[in-house]
Amino acid sequence: MAEMWLNMGPQHPMTHGLWNLRVKVDGETMTEAEPVIGYLHRGWEKITENRKYPQIIPMADRLCYGASMSWSHLYCLTIEDLMEIEVPERAKWIRTIVLEAQRIGSHLMWLAALGTDLGSYTVFLYPVRERELFLDLMQNLCGARMTYNYPRIGGVRNDVPANFERDFTRVLNHFEKRLSDYEALCDQSTVFRMRMEDVGYLSPEKAKNLGVTGPNLRGSGVDYDVRRDDPYEMYDQVDWKVCVEKSCDAYARYRVKMDEMRESCNIIRQCIKKMKPGAIRVKPPRTAPKGKTGWAHVEDPRGEGFMYVIGNGDERPYRLKVRSPIFVTVSAAPEMLVGYKIADVPAIMGSVDMCLGETDR
Amino acid sequence: MERIGLAPGGKTGDVLAQDIAQRFQQGVTVTKSTHNRLYAKVDKSVLVSLCTYMRDGLDFEHVTSVSGVDWLEEKKMQVVYHITSYANKVTAELVVDLPRDKPEVDSITFLWGGANWHERETWDMFGIVFVGHPKLVRLLNPDGTEVFPFRKDFVSGRRV
Repeated sequence: MAEMWLNMGPQHPMTHGLWNLRVKVDGETMTEAEPVIGYLHRGWEKITENRKYPQIIPMADRLCYGASMSWSHLYCLTIEDLMEIEVPERAKWIRTIVLEAQRIGSHLMWLAALGTDLGSYTVFLYPVRERELFLDLMQNLCGARMTYNYPRIGGVRNDVPANFERDFTRVLNHFEKRLSDYEALCDQSTVFRMRMEDVGYLSPEKAKNLGVTGPNLRGSGVDYDVRRDDPYEMYDQVDWKVCVEKSCDAYARYRVKMDEMRESCNIIRQCIKKMKPGAIRVKPPRTAPKGKTGWAHVEDPRGEGFMYVIGNGDERPYRLKVRSPIFVTVSAAPEMLVGYKIADVPAIMGSVDMCLGETDR
Repeated sequence: MERIGLAPGGKTGDVLAQDIAQRFQQGVTVTKSTHNRLYAKVDKSVLVSLCTYMRDGLDFEHVTSVSGVDWLEEKKMQVVYHITSYANKVTAELVVDLPRDKPEVDSITFLWGGANWHERETWDMFGIVFVGHPKLVRLLNPDGTEVFPFRKDFVSGRRV
């Protein structure tokens, strides 16, 4: 049968944002695939060269609205490395808590998207409902539901609100019960497992070589997590485990993210217990020396987020480079797709957790 | 400083820096190293041999990032590689200087597939040519773009 190229996208039913997946099909089997991105490119890195350092924090939020806290935090961490600022301990605890809450929120949005991809509307509605609780917590903390503008260079914007501890504990207690519900909904559904198991195989060697990071890397059986192996904030002060699955398929990537949500609850509980009163912010310098560089990498909900900055001697950066985890993971999509049926595309790409705002920048 | 969770046989950044400095006495200058960081300036002629050695001999499995930098006043361009070793838990920063009128450097995509789109993006934005790259075409900018927008002499806000 003659092979032909098919365009899936740029308007996708399955991802937020625009991208085009070109696949070459032989009958129903994919023999080649080529992702085409750039539809959301807005020159983020170039814009930052004309902004003062604090002005870039809310811009960093917009890199990914699903996980904006982790991006503005990464930006602040990078500038702290550039300016050699030591952040107060309480600010570090607060940051660890909000980062993990953000991870849960982001994973819940992914699970909801995966539910719609696979045609289970319940799996869409339930996680979105529980995500709302985490958004409420964030709104209590900083006034915004999604783009928080909360971390600051040298700390965080404000201390935690009244009853912070009580509210978080209530939400986590409730959420952990609901998480078992989602697992029952997905893991015990034959349809879900048939579509997720044994598709999108990505071997550990290929995953490492192709630069796949985060839950997708751990779904391929590679035991690496930036939070543990290059600790930032307070991750080395709490007791938690890295979630790894060995089956390397779409189902393994799903399992890793589900386990991570439970582990995030564990981290938040410990942080709340260990947090002590104290300063939440130091005053940062306004300028950075010309030619001085700094960089930081963190475990974003989607993988390894990275920023590299060069100072310009004034209040603006000379260059700010962003490494988006999904930018690299989507370049490895052909490796996961080729050989499977075209109907497997939603399951495979859905398990990756695409976010185009950070990919195209 | 003690390393947390370092596997048996894992090496710190200082040890790796010594190893690299000994093996590459020409063309590689290690500027700084700590227990989990390594900073080096690399001549573009030895980049591929250094990277091959890092991948095969020192367990650097992962390319975190490839960034371009345009130094307009100094009349040079830079490519900055951040390469991570999962086994040793060390990240290395390699800085390669290129002349601004002919920015060409060897591609490392054949070593790490993860560098593929980073190099493509760097060409797209800065016009730095990665010799031997499998597909050096526009990635984020639309096809047919004739400028390299992240260069410092590109005026932002201009109509292309």
